[in-house]
Amino acid sequence: MITAIAIMALGAVVLGALLGYASIKFKVEGDPLVEKIEAILPQTQCGQCGYPGCRPYAEAINKGEADINLCPPGGMEGVQRLADLLGREVKPLDAEEKPKAVAFIDEQTCIGCTLCIQACPVDAIIGAAKQMHTIVADLCTGCELCVPPCPVECISMPVIGENLDNWKWKYPVIELKKVA
Amino acid sequence: MEFTTSPYLLKNASVQRVMLQVLAALLPGIAAYVWVFGSIILLQLVIATVTALLAEAAMLKLREKPLGLFLSDGSAIVTAWLIALTFPPLSPWWLIVTGTLFAIVIAKHLYGGLGQNPFNPAMVAFAACIVSFPALMSQWPAVGLQVSVADQARVVFGLLPRLDAISGATPLDTLKTALKLDEGSISVTQLLADQTVYGFFAGRGWEWVTGGYLLGGLFLLWRGLISWHAPTAFIAGLSLFSGALWLYNPAQFANPMFHLFSGGAMLGAWFIVTDPVSGCTTMKGKLIFGFAAGALAYLIRVFGGYPDGVAFAVLLMNICVPIIDHYTQPAIFGMKDRS
Amino acid sequence: MLSLFKFKGGVKPQTNKTQSVSEPIAVAPLPSRLFVPLHQSIGGTPQPLVQAGDHVLKGQMIGAADGWISSAVHAPTSGSVRAVAEHIAAHPSGLTTLSVEIEPDGKDEWGERTPIDHGAMAPETVRERLREAGVVGLGGAVFPTHGKLTASKTVPMEELVINGAECEPFITCDDLLMRERAEEVIRGVGIFRDLLQPKRVLIGIEDNKPEAVAALQAAVAKLGEHFEVVAVPTRYPAGGAKQLIRVLTGKEVPAAKRSTDLGVQCFNVATAWTAWRAVAHGEPVVSRIVTLTGNVEKPRNWEALIGTPLAEFVKLGAPKADTNGYLMGGPMMGFEMPAMDAPLVKATNCIIAGSPTLFPPKAPEMPCIRCGECAKVCPHELQPFEMYWFSRAHNFGKTQEYHIFDCIECGCCSFVCPSRIPLVQYFRFAKSEIWAREKEKNAADQAKARFEWKTAREEREKAEKAEKLAKAAAAQAAKKAAEAAAAAVAPAGNEPPPAGEPAPTGAPSTNAASANASPVAVAVTANDAAPLDAEAAKKAAIAAALERARAQRAAVAPKNTDHLTAAQAREIAAVDALRQQTGLEAAPPADNGETKP
Repeated sequence: MITAIAIMALGAVVLGALLGYASIKFKVEGDPLVEKIEAILPQTQCGQCGYPGCRPYAEAINKGEADINLCPPGGMEGVQRLADLLGREVKPLDAEEKPKAVAFIDEQTCIGCTLCIQACPVDAIIGAAKQMHTIVADLCTGCELCVPPCPVECISMPVIGENLDNWKWKYPVIELKKVA
Repeated sequence: MEFTTSPYLLKNASVQRVMLQVLAALLPGIAAYVWVFGSIILLQLVIATVTALLAEAAMLKLREKPLGLFLSDGSAIVTAWLIALTFPPLSPWWLIVTGTLFAIVIAKHLYGGLGQNPFNPAMVAFAACIVSFPALMSQWPAVGLQVSVADQARVVFGLLPRLDAISGATPLDTLKTALKLDEGSISVTQLLADQTVYGFFAGRGWEWVTGGYLLGGLFLLWRGLISWHAPTAFIAGLSLFSGALWLYNPAQFANPMFHLFSGGAMLGAWFIVTDPVSGCTTMKGKLIFGFAAGALAYLIRVFGGYPDGVAFAVLLMNICVPIIDHYTQPAIFGMKDRS
Repeated sequence: MLSLFKFKGGVKPQTNKTQSVSEPIAVAPLPSRLFVPLHQSIGGTPQPLVQAGDHVLKGQMIGAADGWISSAVHAPTSGSVRAVAEHIAAHPSGLTTLSVEIEPDGKDEWGERTPIDHGAMAPETVRERLREAGVVGLGGAVFPTHGKLTASKTVPMEELVINGAECEPFITCDDLLMRERAEEVIRGVGIFRDLLQPKRVLIGIEDNKPEAVAALQAAVAKLGEHFEVVAVPTRYPAGGAKQLIRVLTGKEVPAAKRSTDLGVQCFNVATAWTAWRAVAHGEPVVSRIVTLTGNVEKPRNWEALIGTPLAEFVKLGAPKADTNGYLMGGPMMGFEMPAMDAPLVKATNCIIAGSPTLFPPKAPEMPCIRCGECAKVCPHELQPFEMYWFSRAHNFGKTQEYHIFDCIECGCCSFVCPSRIPLVQYFRFAKSEIWAREKEKNAADQAKARFEWKTAREEREKAEKAEKLAKAAAAQAAKKAAEAAAAAVAPAGNEPPPAGEPAPTGAPSTNAASANASPVAVAVTANDAAPLDAEAAKKAAIAAALERARAQRAAVAPKNTDHLTAAQAREIAAVDALRQQTGLEAAPPADNGETKP
C-alpha cells in the first residue's frame, strides 16, 4: 500500500519535473497564434473592426475579446478561415460585405490640406501642403480612412470592377439536375 | 453555343461504355459457369441486378441525384454481377438480396456513391455475408448436379429444403478441410489426384469458369480499360507465395496452378483488383496493390479460417490505397532523373 | 537521320485539316472598321501614341512597348483614329480592353519602312527592332519574341527548335504559310539562328503535312542552310513547345525552368516569317494568317488585318445557317469569341464556326471513377484526377503539390474523360485562384509593412519632438541661468569684487552673495538686462533649432530619391517637366540628370 503510493507519488514528481523542464526548454517565444490570425486578416489597417489596425484585432481575437466576424474587408471567406483556424463557429459577417475599392482624389477639388495623408495608414497618398494630392492606387488598401478627414469631400471610393488583369476562371458549374 | 471552355472536342467515352464493356468481359466466365454449374446462376444474376438497380434508385432519390443519369451508368449492375458470381449459385434469394443491398447502400452510397467508395462494394458484400452466414456462403453445388433448374430455383426461393446432396464445399474448402482432418497423413498430391473433385488442374469445372474470367480480363486489357499492372502483380503475388510453399513441401501445400484457377483468384485478378475506384491509381501503386493482394489472398486461403481469401485481401489493400498512392507518385515531365 | 524521342501521353483527335488547305492564302479585304487592342502580347500594356482624330499610316506605331517584356502595336492600315477607348477583347471573359479604333481610308498606304541588315548590326539592335515591330510568338502564346532571343549566360545554346507542328485540329495557317512562303520562313529562322548561335537548327513539322515538309526542305536547300526539317509523328499536342523540344532533342523543360537553361529555344514558323518581314522589309506585324474553317461554306486561310472585327471576318467564309458560335484557336485549347465585334488579334491563328453537330453540347458531368485515363494521356505526366479532386475542394495548396502549374491546359485529359469532367476548367479555375490569392497576399504583406513603417515613423517623430521640446526646455533653463549669471557678473564687473571672494559661477547663490554686496545696483541692472538677454537667447535658440531642423532635413530628405529605378526617374522627369511648363517650379533639381532633355 505504502509502496504503491510512493511509486505513484514518485511517478508524479518525475513526470511533473519533466513537464516543467519541457515547458522551459521548449518555450515558444511570442504567440504564434496571433501571427497566424494576423496572416489571415487582409492588412487594410482600416479599423472597421473597432481596433486600431489588424495586429490589435488579431491580438483581441486571440485573447477571446473580439469576435471573428468583425472584419468587413476580409469578407465571409476571412471569417471562414478564422473559424477553421480557431475551431470556432462560423458567423455571418457583422457588416455588409463590400466589393474591393480604391480611394480616388478628385484633383480639381483637392485643396492640399494633407489631412488625408496623415490619415492614410499605409502612406498611399502623396502630396504636400497646398499641393494637389493623389492616391497611389497600387498601394491603396481601400480602408476608407482618408474619406472622413477630407474637408472638401473630394475623395471617393470607386469599386475595382472585373478587368482583364483580375479576371478569374470560374468554378465549373455542375448542372446535373437539369439533365435528369 | 452551349459549351464554355476548351476542349470542345471530346472522345466518345462515357462511364456507361466502360461499365458495359466490363459486363461484356464477364460473359465468357458466365457462359462457363452456366455450362459447369447449370443455368441457376442466371436467376441469381437477375435477382442481384434487380436488387441493385432498386437500391441504387432508392439511394439516388434519397440523395437527390438525377436518377436517369446514374441508373444508366451500369456501375450498379457490375457490382450486382460480381456479387452473384462470387456467392454460391444455390444461395437463398435473400442472401443475394442482403449482399447486394449491403454493397449498394452501405459500401457505395453511404460513402458518396459512384467514384467515392474506398472499398470494393462487391467484396464488402462478400465479406459481410461470409462473416454473417459462413455455412451458406461455403456451400457450392457439386459439378454435374442432377437436379432440374426448376428444383434449384425452388431451393433458391426456399420452397425445397437445402439438401446436402446438392451442395457441398468448394474444392478449395474441401482441400483445406481434408488437410485439417487428416493432419498430414494424406498428401495434397494424393488429394488433387481425385479428378472428380479437383479436375485436371484446379478443381473440376472451376478451371473452366476461372478460364472464362481470364479471357474476359484479356479482353479488358486489349480494350485498354485496365492496365496490365494490377492483374499481373496479383497473379505474381499469388503464384510466388504458393509456389514457394509448394516447393518447400508439395505434400502439404497445393501447387500455384491450383490456387490460380480455383476460387475467386481469376475474378479477383481481372475484375476486382482492377477496380479503379477502390484501387491504386499510379502504375507502381498498382503493382504493389496487386502483389500484396495476391500474397494476402494466398495467406488467408491457406492459414486463415475462411475458404477463400480474395475478398479480405482486396479489402485490406483498399485500406492502404491512399498511402500507396501517396508514396508512388510518378515523376512528372521535366522532373525525372534530375535530383 | 535524326532519331526522334517520344513524349508520353497525347491523343489523336480527328484532324479536320483537309477542308481548309485546298485554297491558297488570300488577302482579306479591308474591313470597314478596325479595333486594335493595345495589349496583345504577354507583358506590359503598350501606351497609346495616338488620339482620336489622328491620321495614321499603315505600319505606324500606335502603341509603344512598355517595359522590356512588352511589344509595340501598329496601325494595320492607313486611316483615321476614331477613338482610343475600351472595346470588347478577344478573350473568354468578354471584358473590354483599351483599343484603338481606326476607320480605314481605303488607300492602305504604308508609312516609312526601313529595312535593316541584321547581319551587320549588334544583336541588341535587332532585338530592339523586333520589339518595335511588335513581333510576338504567333503560335498562340504571344510572348514577345525579342525576349526569347537571348541565350543563357551559363548554358551553351545547343538547339534552336522551329515549331511547324501545328497539332491542333482544324488549324492550317502554319501549314499554308510553310507551303507558300517557305523561303521567307527559312530566312526568318536564319535571323533567330544568328542571334542565338545554336549548334543545330531543327524544324519540326507533323507528318500529316508532307507538302510543308517538302517546301521547307527545298527552301533550306536553296538557301544553302544547314537546318534539319524533321517530320514528327502526328499526335496532339506534339506542337506544344515543350513536347516538340522533347521529340526533337529529348530534353524535358519543366515549368520552373526556361528552355534556354537547357540550351534550347523554340519559335513558331509564323513568328520567324514576321521576324523576317520586320527586319528585311521594315514591316511591323499588322496582319496575320488566320484559318477560317468549321461550319462554313468556304473554309480557307486568310491574311487578315489585326483588329478586323469577327463579324466582318467570318462573312468571308459564308457561315452555314446553324452556326451558333465562333471559336478562336483550335478546339482543344481555344475559346469561344465573346461577341461578334471582338477583333482578330496577333494570337488569332484560327476561327472555327461551331454548330451543334460539330461540337455537340457537353454531356453532364459524372463523378470521377479514378479510371486514370487522364493520367495516361497527360503529356506532362501529371495526375489530373488528383488535381481535379483538390481543385474541386478548393484545396489549392494540394493542387500545387501535384504540380498544377506544370499543366499546359492542352485538354487531353478532358478529351478522354469518360465522366466528361471539364478537368481543364477546374485547373484554370484553381490556377487563377492561386494567382489571385498570391497577389492578395503580397498586397497584404506590403500594406502591413507600410503600416508598420508609418507607425514606427510616427513614433519616432513623436519621440524626436518630445526630445526637441525637452532640449529646448533645458536650453531655456540653461539660458536663463546664464543670463542670471551674466546679470550677476555685470554688476560685479562694475564694482570689482573684494579679493578672496570666489569668482561668480553663475549660481543663484553667488547672485545672492553679490547682491548682498550692492543690493540696489544689482537689483537695478538685473531688472534692466534680464528681459533683453532672455529675448535674444530665445531667438538664438529658435535660430539654432531651425538650423538643426534644416540640417536634419538635408540629411534625411534626399534618401528617398536615391536608387531610383529607371521608370521612377522617368516619371519624376515627366512631372518636373510638367511643372516647369506650368511655371510651378523655376528649374529642375540639379541632381536629376534625366530631367534635361
